[in-house]
Amino acid sequence: MVRRQLAAALAAVALLSSAAQAEDAVKVGLILPMTGQQASTGKQIDAAVKLYQAVNGSTAAGKKIEVILKDDTGVADVAKRLAQELVVNDKVAFLAGFGLTPIALAVAPIATQAKVPEVVMAAGTSSITDASPFVVRTSFTLAQSAVPMAEWAVKNGINKVVTLVSDFGPGIDAEKSFTERFKSDGGTVIESLRVPLRSPDFSPVLQKAADAKPDAVFVFVPSGQGAQFVKQFVERGLDKSGIKLIATGDVTDDDQLNGMGDVVIGVINTHNYSAAHDSAANKAFVDAFKKANAGMRPNFMAVGGWDGMHLIYEALKMTGGATDGDTLLAAMKGMAWESPRGPISIDPQTRDIVQNIYVRKVEKKDGELYNVEFATIPNVKDPVKAAKK
Amino acid sequence: MDAAALGLVRRARWRWPEVVLWLLAYAALLMPPGKFLILNEIAILALFALSLDLILGYAGIVSLGHAAFFGVGAYTAGLLAKHVTGDPLAGLLLGAAVATVVGFATSLLVLRGSDLTRLMVTLGVAMVLGEIANALPGLSGGADGLQGVTMGPLLGCFDFDLFGRTAYAYSLTTLFLFTLLARRIVLSPFGLSLMAIRRNPLRAGALGVPVNARLIAVYTLAAAFAGTAGALLAQTTAFVSLDVFEFHRSADVLLVLIIGGAGWLYGGIAGAVIYTLLQDGIAAFTPQYWQFWIGLLLVAFVLVGRQRLVGGLYAMLGWARRR
Repeated sequence: MVRRQLAAALAAVALLSSAAQAEDAVKVGLILPMTGQQASTGKQIDAAVKLYQAVNGSTAAGKKIEVILKDDTGVADVAKRLAQELVVNDKVAFLAGFGLTPIALAVAPIATQAKVPEVVMAAGTSSITDASPFVVRTSFTLAQSAVPMAEWAVKNGINKVVTLVSDFGPGIDAEKSFTERFKSDGGTVIESLRVPLRSPDFSPVLQKAADAKPDAVFVFVPSGQGAQFVKQFVERGLDKSGIKLIATGDVTDDDQLNGMGDVVIGVINTHNYSAAHDSAANKAFVDAFKKANAGMRPNFMAVGGWDGMHLIYEALKMTGGATDGDTLLAAMKGMAWESPRGPISIDPQTRDIVQNIYVRKVEKKDGELYNVEFATIPNVKDPVKAAKK
Repeated sequence: MDAAALGLVRRARWRWPEVVLWLLAYAALLMPPGKFLILNEIAILALFALSLDLILGYAGIVSLGHAAFFGVGAYTAGLLAKHVTGDPLAGLLLGAAVATVVGFATSLLVLRGSDLTRLMVTLGVAMVLGEIANALPGLSGGADGLQGVTMGPLLGCFDFDLFGRTAYAYSLTTLFLFTLLARRIVLSPFGLSLMAIRRNPLRAGALGVPVNARLIAVYTLAAAFAGTAGALLAQTTAFVSLDVFEFHRSADVLLVLIIGGAGWLYGGIAGAVIYTLLQDGIAAFTPQYWQFWIGLLLVAFVLVGRQRLVGGLYAMLGWARRR
């Protein structure tokens, strides 16, 4: 008899405590490449997420927001297992992070199956948001940057271009959307070159690009590979050959820009975020980020992480703390806010980000290199998905 | 019966720790959900390590490219599920079959030369296969991975669930059957001849062991095992990426086998359990710096000596048996 009562009491305690936990804390599973080739992406996003919680407090809608960081080592099947464990064991209400396209795509079926929002803070292939109705993106798509670059190039007397991209989803997106727009505006793409994503060697393709004697080389390499690319660009002497370098902003990544040296001064590129963006919100963000991270400058990955956290916090506030996937998604669709990069919103149809794209030029300011914005294309939707309709 | 045959019969007897191990592994299926995914990963890694053990531990063929067969099996199973049928067993068999063919073809390469040559040749084979997969994005999905792999239910009635219970049961049963097979093989005159070759190929040849034929046979067999492990990974994660061919897979499995002990049927399993739990446990504390601790532990492990650790275990077992 006593034993039965004890068992009942224990069961009740167990139930209560699990219910109490579920009510008090909302867990966010943050899956990032903290080691391996893409570790710089993980470091930036992790720092931005920590900063967001430090600045805005760790509660939203009366609930404690608990972030669980996992290292996917840049490997898709590890990320998939981690996502599954976060959903099953930790009962996370959000999956977030995703440094590379394959990883975001591998996790998408889990988001669908478990009805958990997948907040993509970094990966930039257009098709990711099609992979699951629970994917929401706060980073960017490559086509968003590549199309304005093509438009700018034609207007500024660049007629013959060689494209050079990393051979994976975002790279192919960048190549396709740049080429389409560049051709339809009257330019010629002489050659389309691709380099493997892992341990790339740019020398042979740069030689090919130089031999083709274009007006400019259009380049996309993922965040973290820009410095290596520029080094080999200079070693091959392309900087002195009169061939211009135009790129998506991934190449002149704020995180590495200073290390690239003065050779990148004058490089024209298009992107969604520059640490030199002129606004009060950005100044506060950059100052706080540098202070919290020993002077490290935030890049577009960090701002994607920051806005991802903002989306999670605001969605919870709108649902009053309800954490079922459909309600959260409904809250996220159409949400608009002022980000350090400028005004952004979530497209209610595609769940992809709508944001300003800036044309920038690398310049030296106060002894440091920055992407200085000189033209703005407002409210750019992902051109790949816009073209499908 | 002569002495050697008697020795084999004696060694082939089932011991109670083995029985307990398998009972425990199956009892884990009754646990509440939450740990099946990592158990599934351990089972797959154990099968992969068992495969390496067959060639390294028994036949003495060193390999730095064992992921070649793992990857072939994974892509075969993934492509079959994507384009033809989602039946898991069909994928498993085909994955093993294709890996067997690749294993047989490349076994001719490892016959030549010394250990160093073999290291380079196996490494090269894995790199070539990985690069082929990279160069055929239409087929392999390239760096984005193979998308759209959907698995049908196992045996027509068990769906692969989110918790991974089916996946673990499937991988564990496959591991069990292949361990039985490996056990039968290494505890046979064939297995003895392999060990003779490992100790001294020249002498084994002089004694009438057909060295090259035996090496080809065991290398092909190991490829089949590795292909099966790859197919299991592809099917239970419903995803394949170029990563299956990467060097770190080959290196990891070598580490696993060294931790667990090569030339011992359960070395792969022990190593897989230790390595995966260590990695998972440490990475939970420090997602940034877990590799540092793993590295440190490995160095410590090698310095202390596995023999001393495993020897201690053996001594305990011996003590238990004597009682």
